Amino acid sequence: MNPFTYSRPTDVPAAVQDVATHAEAKFIAGGTNLLDLMKENVMKPHHLVDISRLALNKIEENGKGGLRLGALVTNAATAYHPEVEKRYPLLSKAILAGASPQLRNMATDGGNLLQRTRCYYFYDVATPCNKREPGSGCSAIKGYNRIHAILGASEQCIATHPSDMCIALAALNATVLVTSKRGDRSIPFAEFHRLPGDTPQLDNTLEPDEIITAIDLPEKGFAENHTYLKIRDRASYAFALVSVAAALELEGNTIREARIALGGVAHKPWRNEAAEASLAGKPATKENFQQVAGMIISGAKGYEHNQFKIELAKRAIVRALSQAAKLI
Amino acid sequence: MSNTVQEKTTLAAQPLAEPLPVHLRINGEDHRLQLRPWVSLLDALREYIGYTGTKKGCDHGQCGACTVLVDGVRINACMTLAVMRDGQEITTIEGLANGDKLHPLQAAFVEHDAFQCGYCTPGQICSAVGLIKEGRAKTRDDIRELMSGNICRCGAYTNIVDAIESVTGGTI
Amino acid sequence: MSSTNYVGKPVSRVDGYAKVTGQARYAVEHHVPNLLYGFIVNSAIAKGSVTTLDTSEALKVPGVVQVFTHKNTPSLAWFDRSYKDQDSVPGSPFRPLHSEKIRFSMQPIALVVAETFELARYASTLLKIEYKEESSSTNLSESLPQAHEAPKGKEGYMPPKSRGHAKKAFSAAPVKIQAEYIHGAEHHNPMEMHGSMAIYEKGGKLLVYDKTQGVANTQEYVKKVFGLSKDDVRVLSPYVGGAFGSGLRPQYQLFMAVLAALELKQSVKVSLTRQQMFSFGHRPKSLQRLALSAASDGTLQSIEHTCYSETSRFEDYTEVVVNWSGLLYQCANVELDYQLVKLDVYTPIDMRAPGAVTGIYALECAMDELAVALNIDPLDLRLRNYAPEDQNEKKPFSSKELRACYLQGAEKFGWNKRNKEPRSMREGNQLVGWGMASASWDAQQQKCAAKALLTPDGKLTVSSGTADIGTGTYTIMTQIAAETLGLPIEQVEFKLGDSSLPEAPLEGGSWTAVSVGSAVKATCEEVGQKLLKLAKKKKDSPLANAGAEDVVFENGYIILKKDPAAAVSILDIIRDEREDIEVESAAMPGMIDKLKYSFHSHSAVFAEVKVDEDLGTIHVTRVVSAIAGGRVLNPKTARSQILGAVVWGISMALQEDSVIDHNFGRFMNHNYAEYHVPVNADIQNIEVIFVEEEDDIINPLGAKGLGEIGIVGVAGAIANAVYHATGKRIRKLPIQLDNVLSEP
Repeated sequence: MNPFTYSRPTDVPAAVQDVATHAEAKFIAGGTNLLDLMKENVMKPHHLVDISRLALNKIEENGKGGLRLGALVTNAATAYHPEVEKRYPLLSKAILAGASPQLRNMATDGGNLLQRTRCYYFYDVATPCNKREPGSGCSAIKGYNRIHAILGASEQCIATHPSDMCIALAALNATVLVTSKRGDRSIPFAEFHRLPGDTPQLDNTLEPDEIITAIDLPEKGFAENHTYLKIRDRASYAFALVSVAAALELEGNTIREARIALGGVAHKPWRNEAAEASLAGKPATKENFQQVAGMIISGAKGYEHNQFKIELAKRAIVRALSQAAKLI
Repeated sequence: MSNTVQEKTTLAAQPLAEPLPVHLRINGEDHRLQLRPWVSLLDALREYIGYTGTKKGCDHGQCGACTVLVDGVRINACMTLAVMRDGQEITTIEGLANGDKLHPLQAAFVEHDAFQCGYCTPGQICSAVGLIKEGRAKTRDDIRELMSGNICRCGAYTNIVDAIESVTGGTI
Repeated sequence: MSSTNYVGKPVSRVDGYAKVTGQARYAVEHHVPNLLYGFIVNSAIAKGSVTTLDTSEALKVPGVVQVFTHKNTPSLAWFDRSYKDQDSVPGSPFRPLHSEKIRFSMQPIALVVAETFELARYASTLLKIEYKEESSSTNLSESLPQAHEAPKGKEGYMPPKSRGHAKKAFSAAPVKIQAEYIHGAEHHNPMEMHGSMAIYEKGGKLLVYDKTQGVANTQEYVKKVFGLSKDDVRVLSPYVGGAFGSGLRPQYQLFMAVLAALELKQSVKVSLTRQQMFSFGHRPKSLQRLALSAASDGTLQSIEHTCYSETSRFEDYTEVVVNWSGLLYQCANVELDYQLVKLDVYTPIDMRAPGAVTGIYALECAMDELAVALNIDPLDLRLRNYAPEDQNEKKPFSSKELRACYLQGAEKFGWNKRNKEPRSMREGNQLVGWGMASASWDAQQQKCAAKALLTPDGKLTVSSGTADIGTGTYTIMTQIAAETLGLPIEQVEFKLGDSSLPEAPLEGGSWTAVSVGSAVKATCEEVGQKLLKLAKKKKDSPLANAGAEDVVFENGYIILKKDPAAAVSILDIIRDEREDIEVESAAMPGMIDKLKYSFHSHSAVFAEVKVDEDLGTIHVTRVVSAIAGGRVLNPKTARSQILGAVVWGISMALQEDSVIDHNFGRFMNHNYAEYHVPVNADIQNIEVIFVEEEDDIINPLGAKGLGEIGIVGVAGAIANAVYHATGKRIRKLPIQLDNVLSEP
């Protein structure tokens, strides 16, 4: 871990100012991923702006029928918030499928969006990695890539996005609210994270001087028919090999709207809106779910050790949708 | 075949940050320290103050051995900076017993043989204190899931669940 | 009056209070003034040499004291023998910071010493390092042509013995199977990372706190490598946060801490990081080939078992893998072969039940395959081929209650309700599978010394330089000492983990309870004889004419057996004496019995798995482990040993896998997030049965040691249960969901 200076501003404008005026500055809130990466010399900020005490720690109505999650509400407080449990149980379940109680007590909602990949090579500074050291090469493509991406990867990077919470937020069409010295902006969730392309060092579209202030949830929470299915190598406290956030709006047995977001398969929460739309008007049957799973996975590409994810993801989609529709 | 490999490092020493005043209230006692910002809460406890009951098992939030309670909430002390906890109330394993009288969870861990080497034990017990306070574990399966942030390499899990259940009476 | 017969009672751990209050101090938790911190830098490559190691930037950081590399480490002991330790294997032990040569990935190449941990860690990133890399070979399967016969030389390693004509019998037999099994490397990963503190004392003496399974081993190593005398080094290790074998050999952080302390004449502590816990010994990856044949009634006709295990370039690590196949079942034709394959990795090191978990996993899966081929119940097949004596050694067992394990385990598990057909049992969308396996482990005893001190206040302190790595040594020894002298357990204290105490063997091999226990018993018996002598001399002593065999020590008294009213208080005797009674004694295994008998513990393991057929996920929902381990000294700690070992077995079967990327020759999942061991939610119902097993031959305690037997059969039982659930025979460990999905 390299040396860094530290400041603890008391309001958002001061925080934004702090991060803009210090070289190589980063915000720290929960710290559960940033400190982890700093101890491995993967991230080396020269200044940390501690935002953990800013007044962004409330869950409120957003005036549009949905909830606004303050960026600094902890994951645990979000998952166990009565309104979240009632209106967005998919989000609660996704959060509780991730990490451990201790980490959920520390990690914040804003920070969760900024979690970095678990790719072994990204974490090990002895090996080349384009995400950590652009231009050094991707070790995973010809290496041990069991946990890596099958969708949307590039020749430069096959890392996956590690969050569970974000998979639910993607399915819910959340909006990320950010601010900087240049003013406020809101980013649709689908545009927040990005695919690696030729710049895998960039996980998302947030500017370095921008701060996440809140996450807006739309009114529609799919509380009735939803599932968060997480498949991993142990029963708890492990990252997803594949996860699925499935949400259905049903009229009788007819699907009015379907949302399917995948984790563990791509550099960002993976959605295929065309495939989802194909379910509209169709009955909720296993056959229809298999068909949509095939559409979502159709472009998937496996590597030496993660071929299994292609079939697993398909089956997970079918299982999650079947559970959401209460077929099983 | 041979080739030359060079490690990519920032090869110039940077200036060190000045120590900052940090006030931690640990087990009811005030500790006023001067710490550089890069000191984790865990290292502050173990190396700078002397509370070695809180253990370092991975230093990366992956094992739970460093679990302490901050303002009553269980967290991993390795994944937070001491300076970020300025002014907060920290409870470690050393603060649970009342004099010679063990906390009910401590007594239950002994009675149910809920440890072997004992290294994960302070973290397990602090985690269980947090678990009970959170009030979310209604069943044995809930305890298992909500104690999964504490790895026990000796494999005392069934006894850990027994010990916690004996204190909560089955439900929380 | 409460009884002082503690042995066999569920006494709670005597070190429990210290452990639950955080007072137990582990290796790097001792506070001394002017302490320096060391941080180790490891090689980025697996093979080649360091061409540049520039420390100048690191040394510019204020508070950084020194950086040790191969370039400035003083010349130390010259001969290999100085670096050998009690658990060494044939070859040339690794010497840290010895030369520029890199022989395995993550080899330690520098030690940065600074005033704080943070400074040392930071400065470690400022070293300018360049390597000349050579291509490395870390792939076991591809290197089989280079395999060689395992050499003798490691204590405890027995080369396999074949008998009969296995190949002939195999070709003639009506029913046969052949299969290849593979399991990955595993790292011990005790919760406490390896760490050492070298405290520099007046006159250049060292007090070393080390995470070790043998203080004498550490002391001897430090003494020989650094050319010190025994009086110059005292090693303490009162609490060990798990080890499972990783503390059997001195690890490199010990070398580093001592080097720095001696060079800088200041106290230094060095702890490995979790990532660095993947940089030294591990359970070797192995590939095994089994061929079994049987008559149609299930009688075994032949067993062939070959194992290829990895070792390093510089040492030949051996373990007893294939011999178990000649031991566990009655069979006239057995051919065993054990080969080593040298790779560019660190030397493997014993890991809980070394060799046995490997060999018996494969054997027990093969037996399951044979049972299927024969259409015989797997338990029935084992019973039909029960070995009444040790055919490897041609000796009777001192005791063997494996049959009782089979029967009681099966009864508890409900094995008779098992439908033999694979895929026949379901619960919702889960396939249910039941599997079983047998297991065995050596029941050894080593020479051990102990000391007892009885003071006029009636307090008994017994000590031996052994270790308690969580096994319960503190508690069991306290029980044995208290019972032997009939003293209340509160008056008895046991001390260990100190090289100034009488020498004990390495803590390992499941021999500690028996070896140290026998020494404690013998020593306390000598104290008892001294007490009796004093009691007899007392005025009007009711024991005046009593001989050693006429009395018992119980409830604080020496009591005449034939007249329990004739008793003398031990406290009175020692108080009147006003002087300490001190005895040092030792116990040895009975050499004649060792020649005549085979000493083994046994077990039968039954496991239930539930497999989600669509998703491939496997959960172990139930395990019954029935153990024949002789007399149980403490049913509470004994049960914990078995529970923990079952968790280890589940872990081996389904989770643990240190994966090397052969492009780099480097273990890549080197952290606790990606190297999986079970968490609480993985572990469901485990039942432990200790079957009655009397053994008055093996040792005076009648015990066999329980640290290892509990893990041996578990992975096989689970693998067999996965087959029973799914109909898929997955011949590799760990069995992960991708294997379930991809197997036909």
